[in-house]
Amino acid sequence: MRLAHSMALENDNIRADCIEATEFPDLSTHYQVYAVPRTIINDTGVIEGSVPEERFLESVLRANGPKANDER
Amino acid sequence: MGLIRDEDAAEIRERLKEMVSPVKLVHFTQELNIEYGRQTRQLLEDLAALCDKLSLEIYDFLLDKEKVAEYGVDKVPATAVRNGKDYGIRFYGIPAGYEFAALLDAIIEVSQGTSGLSARTKEKLSHVTQPIHLQVFVTPT
Repeated sequence: MRLAHSMALENDNIRADCIEATEFPDLSTHYQVYAVPRTIINDTGVIEGSVPEERFLESVLRANGPKANDER
Repeated sequence: MGLIRDEDAAEIRERLKEMVSPVKLVHFTQELNIEYGRQTRQLLEDLAALCDKLSLEIYDFLLDKEKVAEYGVDKVPATAVRNGKDYGIRFYGIPAGYEFAALLDAIIEVSQGTSGLSARTKEKLSHVTQPIHLQVFVTPT
């Protein structure tokens, strides 16, 4: 969780929600949350489980589009 | 009766000493949302009482439409963690257990105005120009 909020703090284009899955069952079903943590990026990308900072960052950059990937 | 035990309060107070500038918790709730709503509000009130640098603002999800729109809140209970600036950091549901630890982390990072991310990550993030919405689903245990 910390990574998502940290990234929101660092960049104004990023916002991060921490959602208690059992309190929002419809949303959890919609995003097929069967195990936690599960991170949804812009409705389509998924990060399953706790991953290292590097991998989390890669997924976020991928969501930012190909241009950002070229600059890496 | 508070929701934070005395021994936990001491530990939380110690942790919140890492705070630098004031942080505001902006909480949205509603009367009908009683199952976790009251507990969540109580927990945040108890937490805010532990540290001078931490304040709490409470709004009604149905009545305070302007604030609901300002914070983009679409479900409750919802809590934003901010200082003079809103960074888009939100908690939905009761921040207990795992989420409570995440809430303390968020409060401290916002208070310090910087994250614990590596310099490399920060540099890469500076290239993010598209809106990115991260939704992290968790459970208390």
